[in-house]
Amino acid sequence: MGIRDRLSGNEAVAIAMKQINPDVMGAFPITPSTEIPQYFSQYVANGQVDTEFVAVESEHSAMSTCIGAEAAGGRAVTATSSCGLALMWEMLYVAASARLPVTLACVNRALTGPININNDHSDSMGARDAGWIQIYAETNQEAYDNFVQAMRIGEHKDVRLPVMVCQDGFITSHAIENIELIEDDQVKKFVGEYHPENYLLKKENPMAVGPYDTAAYYMEHKKQQAEAMKNAKGVILEIAKEFEALTGRHYGLFEEHMMEDAETAIVIIGSSAGTAKQAVNELRAQGKKVGLVKVRVFRPFPMQEIAQALSKVKAVAVMDKTESFSACGGPLFAETRSAAYDLKNRPAMINYVYGLGGRDVRVEDIEHVYAELDKIVKTGETGEVYRHLSVRE
Amino acid sequence: MKDIVEIRWHGRGGQGAKTASLLLADAAFNTGKYVQGFPEYGPERMGAPITAYNRISSERCTVHSNIYEPDYVVVVDATLLTAVDVTKGLKAEGAIIINTEKSPEEIRPLLKGYTGKVCTIDARKISEEALGKNFPNTPMLGAVVKVSGVVPEDQFLKDMEESFHHKFATKPQVIEGNMKALIRSMQEVQQA
Amino acid sequence: MSYKKACEVNETITWHDITPGGDVYEGGTSKLVNTGDWRTMIPTFIADKCKHCMLCVPVCPDSAIPVKDGKRLDFDFMHCKGCGVCYKVCPFGAITFGKEEK
Repeated sequence: MGIRDRLSGNEAVAIAMKQINPDVMGAFPITPSTEIPQYFSQYVANGQVDTEFVAVESEHSAMSTCIGAEAAGGRAVTATSSCGLALMWEMLYVAASARLPVTLACVNRALTGPININNDHSDSMGARDAGWIQIYAETNQEAYDNFVQAMRIGEHKDVRLPVMVCQDGFITSHAIENIELIEDDQVKKFVGEYHPENYLLKKENPMAVGPYDTAAYYMEHKKQQAEAMKNAKGVILEIAKEFEALTGRHYGLFEEHMMEDAETAIVIIGSSAGTAKQAVNELRAQGKKVGLVKVRVFRPFPMQEIAQALSKVKAVAVMDKTESFSACGGPLFAETRSAAYDLKNRPAMINYVYGLGGRDVRVEDIEHVYAELDKIVKTGETGEVYRHLSVRE
Repeated sequence: MKDIVEIRWHGRGGQGAKTASLLLADAAFNTGKYVQGFPEYGPERMGAPITAYNRISSERCTVHSNIYEPDYVVVVDATLLTAVDVTKGLKAEGAIIINTEKSPEEIRPLLKGYTGKVCTIDARKISEEALGKNFPNTPMLGAVVKVSGVVPEDQFLKDMEESFHHKFATKPQVIEGNMKALIRSMQEVQQA
Repeated sequence: MSYKKACEVNETITWHDITPGGDVYEGGTSKLVNTGDWRTMIPTFIADKCKHCMLCVPVCPDSAIPVKDGKRLDFDFMHCKGCGVCYKVCPFGAITFGKEEK
């Protein structure tokens, strides 16, 4: 019945990997994800797992190693952050289009320019169109739980896509918090064995992976890949239901906090959602009808479901922990506003780019956002749509 | 959430302020509390000022920001008193705990008019006498537990002894020294 | 079931049926492709003059010169692209090279 512990997010993910005991890990160290392969290599050295740990010379090679291992029929994992993910870029698309369900622990960190080691979502958000499923965590517990669920999702026959399990660098990766672990045998039973239909080492059936695709076939492959991503939505919910039966912990595509009668709401991803929940609770205590939507699954994007969740509110602030330099808002904003287009009564919607490069997000900062939404509701004027939070003017 | 205790640690890179914050989180966790222990990260260098934090409560705390209005501040290295605004945001009903051989009365003038409780502990002396080396973490931890009452003292000592037995399984000779350092610091911390 | 014979994958296949990622579930599928159709020049094998020295066999870039029991046979015209390298290396005039008539 669960093991009560206190762990950092990185330790928690490394333990999930240990419990899963994958065939191959290809990894290269980069702050703040370094601890994951570091802990895991100890498990390898201690004989606690029989994983082939490949210490590669770059992240491009780490992802290539995972692709090779998956094509051969194995289970492959890796972990990275920031520029490490950027160096994997080319191979991210290869893994996704070759339909190889690699599992990647992404410990979100700002991309360089200017150089910075702290948290924001510019790394994984930049990779949002690479064809990977993306699941985000608010806490160490969620990072662990998401990782345990990830392989079942990616390896499902209707999906066959790689999965990126994201958590916020330092904020959850290096912070110790309470956690409930699942017993080793329960994790093994839940994740199960991987038996792909076809793989390179299936000797009775020689095959070629990743051949050149001419214009006559490329569109069909992309359409098929897009359909797999659509299928992922149902599979994610199916696996979450099984996970809930095992642990009692409920997961959906997103989480709603105090949304039943909310008049204003924010849409947010990751650890700051916890800080925002505290702001919601404090404002609720003052009688303010505020709510929150925490997006767990960004790819596939739960478009209709989010639209439904926002269908009764009057004003929404979408929080982006990344810049996309579109000159009109971040990626979560673009998706969320697009989702709301289909609503009969569309709420007013603004975008806040926040928390870049580790800029701390306090309860007061989130309360300020709700105050701005309140102003929009009262005056009927949306004002500036594309805003930046806690930036010195 | 009302019972939440928030603690800010000031130390220098390499002195183990982060480790001390994690040890306190461990101690509180062992008594059934919900804990957070986290450092404020940057490109760390030996000797540069660093900050670490603890939140300890009986319900899960979802806030993931740094701590701006701590109940307690712990200063692992007294030379930080002039370099860092250590009492910034510190609640008047809280306390500051400083590793120094000086008395609270001697230290108070350095604290920019802080009106709350000032506590001092000579962690260096205790560590050197009990452990033979300057590891201020253990005595600082004892002083924080004594002053804050965040963990019941007897249970804290029992848990720490078990934890030392586990941690120093291969060198049992240091267990006694660490326990002595904890107990002495809990007795010797001066509060004014 | 994503498995398909290579010959089932052609330019009429739909996205439902195409193999994931373009996987090819057989070896040696290039044998199925009639690259001999690309030829504009054609070699001719004159068996009487051939000493079976085997100089022509390894230089053929399309493996289009079959060998059986130490003897070379006539060209595999389904795969010969008519490059003429075999004609150049033959020391005995056992291969001629001329315009392909279609």
